[in-house]
Amino acid sequence: MSTTRRFDPILLLAAPAVAYLTVVYGLPLLFLLGRSLLGTGGFSAFAGFFADPFSWIVLGNTVRSAALVTLVCLVIGYPTALVLARAGGFVQAAILVAIILPLSVGVVVKAFAWQIVLRRDGVVSQIFTGLGIWDEPQRLLFTETGLVIGAANIFVPFMILPIYSVLKLVDPRLGEAAATLGASPVYRFFKVAIPLSLPGIITGIAFVFSMAASMYVIPSLVIGDRFQTLATLTGRSFLFMRNEQLGSTTAVVLLALTIGIVVASSRLSRRLGGAA
Amino acid sequence: MTAIEKIAGWLAGLLATFTVVFLLTPLVVTVAVSFGSSAVFTLPPSSWSLRWYEALARSRDLWPPVFASVKLAAFSTAVALVLGTLCAIGLLRGQFRGREAVVTFLVSPLMLPGLVIGIAMLESFRAAGLRDVWVSLVLAHVVITLPYVVRTVFASLSLFDFTLIDAARTLGLTYPKAVFKVLVPSLAPAFLTSGMFAFLASMDNYPISIFFTDAWTKTLPIQMLQYVEESPDPTIAAISTLLILLSIGVLVLGDRLVGLRRMADL
Repeated sequence: MSTTRRFDPILLLAAPAVAYLTVVYGLPLLFLLGRSLLGTGGFSAFAGFFADPFSWIVLGNTVRSAALVTLVCLVIGYPTALVLARAGGFVQAAILVAIILPLSVGVVVKAFAWQIVLRRDGVVSQIFTGLGIWDEPQRLLFTETGLVIGAANIFVPFMILPIYSVLKLVDPRLGEAAATLGASPVYRFFKVAIPLSLPGIITGIAFVFSMAASMYVIPSLVIGDRFQTLATLTGRSFLFMRNEQLGSTTAVVLLALTIGIVVASSRLSRRLGGAA
Repeated sequence: MTAIEKIAGWLAGLLATFTVVFLLTPLVVTVAVSFGSSAVFTLPPSSWSLRWYEALARSRDLWPPVFASVKLAAFSTAVALVLGTLCAIGLLRGQFRGREAVVTFLVSPLMLPGLVIGIAMLESFRAAGLRDVWVSLVLAHVVITLPYVVRTVFASLSLFDFTLIDAARTLGLTYPKAVFKVLVPSLAPAFLTSGMFAFLASMDNYPISIFFTDAWTKTLPIQMLQYVEESPDPTIAAISTLLILLSIGVLVLGDRLVGLRRMADL
């Protein structure tokens, strides 16, 4: 690679967007980080935050609920992406409609719909007691299980689509070739199918985990104030409690967590050579 | 096919069916509630009525946010399509070190917490003396819509064979005409898909908008959350049902134009 390469003028086409995002989005985030780390009481604010046991509960809530949401999305999203990539006609259209159509209903309305479904007299409770799985009606609303169900419902398209976009480019003959060479189905799944779709899986996990760690509207409606995450605490500090000191500390911790995920996932998928 | 493969295929089909039902559940609930006659949300409704649609037609709080959100989403999506397409072409054609890092930066607003982005923007806009609600909202929403366009158009362009433009020029087209006749049609699905995702993301944004709206200018999600928290009644289910109908229209149109398959290239 030569160091004295001539500047390619076509790069100028990228300049407006890059400049725009740098000024309106990148620099403000840097200022927020800088001010909260270097500003008055910056460092002691973080020391105070991490010394408080409540902070660790909040941190635990954030990471655990996001991890559970990601796990649920992966378990139901991967098979769905697989069926979507292999199927044609009606099945494919049904899955695509089910992915795209819910995007037209806002997060507020979906969370509101889950409030109705997860109540003690809601549909889930009726089905489970009807099937005899539960002895008596239970409410899932205002529980962490309810939160995970509602959040997984909203984020699962962001797991399915990246995996689908990789799987549809995979040559199905690769699996047949492995079978011809004597590989067992289980071996083929773990040594052929999974590695080939890994870039999509990584992108999907990074998308869903970072979105779930940052969600604000869903927890406020589905689980309420008892369950605080970094995002709900940040939102409440700024919007209701007017405690901007606490808010900017939790904002920076949340920002660090999600930036870590973005950087790690993009490095990982680059190492795998995937364009997803 | 061995037995284990059959079971695996059957299991995948079962999980996919579950996912489809799961994804459509909140939509079915919303539509059912909107046609119920009761203000407490019983499922299935004890009797059916159109009273929430009448309430919606009379509502004075819901329509201004609807129009504000549509206007904001349309404008910020249009800006993002122009800036994002130029950017994707520039980045793809100009080889340089660190390109991946730039693309990651451009797509990162999708993955970083909206509340934190909103707080950071609010502080910087204030420091810069910007207090106009509408200008702030547009500036913020272009940040939300741009990543969708960059990501999808970039992916679509990397599959495009640029020698086709040279071929068209050899065949006698001028450069702008060659771009218009060859490049633009092959990018059309990417424009439609990314435009749709960007528009919906802007329409649905709560965590960034909340810092820039005031009592006079509210976007739809902000008005809706206030509604749900203060006086929940099925009027918002009625407006959501209308939005679902509108999206079905867009999906049918998109299917005719580019095919449903290509609309999922997020």
